[in-house]
Amino acid sequence: MADQEYTLPIPVADEASKPFFDGANEGKLMLVKCSQCGTYRLPGRERCLDCWSTESEWAQASGNGKLYTYGIMHQKYHPAFADETPYNYAIVELAEGPRLVTNIVDCKPDDMKTDMPVEAVFDRVSDEATLIRFRPTH
Amino acid sequence: MTQNLKGKTAISGLGITEQGKVYGHSAAWFAAEAIRLALEDSGLRKEDVDGLLVNAGVTPLPGMGGLDLQNHLGLTNLRLLSGMTAGGATAAMMVQYAALAIANGMANHVVCVFADAPLRESRGGGGAYSGTGGGGYVPPGMSGLYTAFGMFGVNAQYALAARRHMGMYGTTNDHFGAIAVAQRAWARKSPHAQQREPMTIEDYHASRWIAEPLHLLDCCLVSNGGVAVIVSSAEAAKGLKQPPAYIWGMGQGHPGDLKRAGWDVETQTGAPIAKERAFSMAGIEIDDIDVCQLYDCYTYTVLVTLEDYGFCAKGEGGPFVADGKLGPGGSLPTNTGGGQLSGYYMWGMTPLSEGIVQARGTGGERQVEKHDVVLVSGNGGILDHHSTLILSPHPA
Repeated sequence: MADQEYTLPIPVADEASKPFFDGANEGKLMLVKCSQCGTYRLPGRERCLDCWSTESEWAQASGNGKLYTYGIMHQKYHPAFADETPYNYAIVELAEGPRLVTNIVDCKPDDMKTDMPVEAVFDRVSDEATLIRFRPTH
Repeated sequence: MTQNLKGKTAISGLGITEQGKVYGHSAAWFAAEAIRLALEDSGLRKEDVDGLLVNAGVTPLPGMGGLDLQNHLGLTNLRLLSGMTAGGATAAMMVQYAALAIANGMANHVVCVFADAPLRESRGGGGAYSGTGGGGYVPPGMSGLYTAFGMFGVNAQYALAARRHMGMYGTTNDHFGAIAVAQRAWARKSPHAQQREPMTIEDYHASRWIAEPLHLLDCCLVSNGGVAVIVSSAEAAKGLKQPPAYIWGMGQGHPGDLKRAGWDVETQTGAPIAKERAFSMAGIEIDDIDVCQLYDCYTYTVLVTLEDYGFCAKGEGGPFVADGKLGPGGSLPTNTGGGQLSGYYMWGMTPLSEGIVQARGTGGERQVEKHDVVLVSGNGGILDHHSTLILSPHPA
């Protein structure tokens, strides 16, 4: 991707998610971990939904997970994706628990199966941003 | 323990505006027109209305969730007024809150209304619900990932739920198609339905993909229109123009979606929770239900809802519907007005309005002969919110 211009929408961090996006640039999948009970969550929620603690730290996830579910988008909803359809979009359930929206790469649509093991791939799409996609675990 | 509310309240009025590609009216116009039609249907006067509950669609209604409708209609006698929102679960929920208020002396005749006007002559139905706004905006933070990975709108999310079910249980597009075909067969008998052309399973498979595994014919319509119902005490309803549709049971279930391991709302909805209270209040078992009006934003929603009420075992919804039992002449008549797939898309008001018609026995060509117990379900969000009503033409 790096040697050709990336034309799809590029996400940007907000204050709560900055370590997640910075971590992706360094090849790390970063999650929020509750300091009190150890439960992992995605950034954006201030409180642990289990113990309600607001104390938390950032922790690197394994990058392993399973394909919880996926779809193949045909409808052209967004001008930037007009030439991309059909493409897959997916929800990966991380080994640490949270479910993350992503794409699956290195896998034909017919080979995609729910619950198949997948691992993170860090795709640098611009000087500022890296998208975390997933591929079947080898 | 509270008193049993079975049969204490009833639906006394129903107003359905023209539905579908009806242009030139605002959502507020549709809401007001639906209310006018519901009053005419019941024989009540506007001075009799002392409660108003409002559910806006994707098109905003004026004044804090639609409260300004009161002033559009000169309803100055209100003792109960709220804008309410839980997506497609709201319609049945409004009836529940109205019934509770009436049974406890807070109001006498409560109007519950839904209206929407997302369709314009210049824009397709999908654009109204895709959530992209048509531009290149990427929201900052984690929600920007949905845009970055191309996951747009409600269709994409229900495709994920349907795929999860297929992966777990072997459900197929043939199963989803059986639901679409059965409902189209019903729609052909309904004067309100937007889609009345014949549909075969081949037509279903030939319809274009929206977001696999969903074909176009797995997805609901988009409609301009309004629907209003009036809830009254059973005693008051008996003296009005229409046969009362008595409210036997009601319940809600909100499992939420924690979006993490172990929380599979995609395949396990709030229906079992809502059902427990509703069936208990009504004093019924699953076999007592004669007619189903199940929320059907997608074919899959019907399938998973049938499982979660216990019409069949979890995971067996596909084979259960495959024989056409949901259609005309089938053993479990379901979405007898064509539902939202082929009838009209008024969110929770679609199953509710047809449930009232069937309970009254005024369904004409589509009327189900045995209609003593009618199940109505609502569903909001991506299967996060569920509501249940049990209606009957009999007070007890």
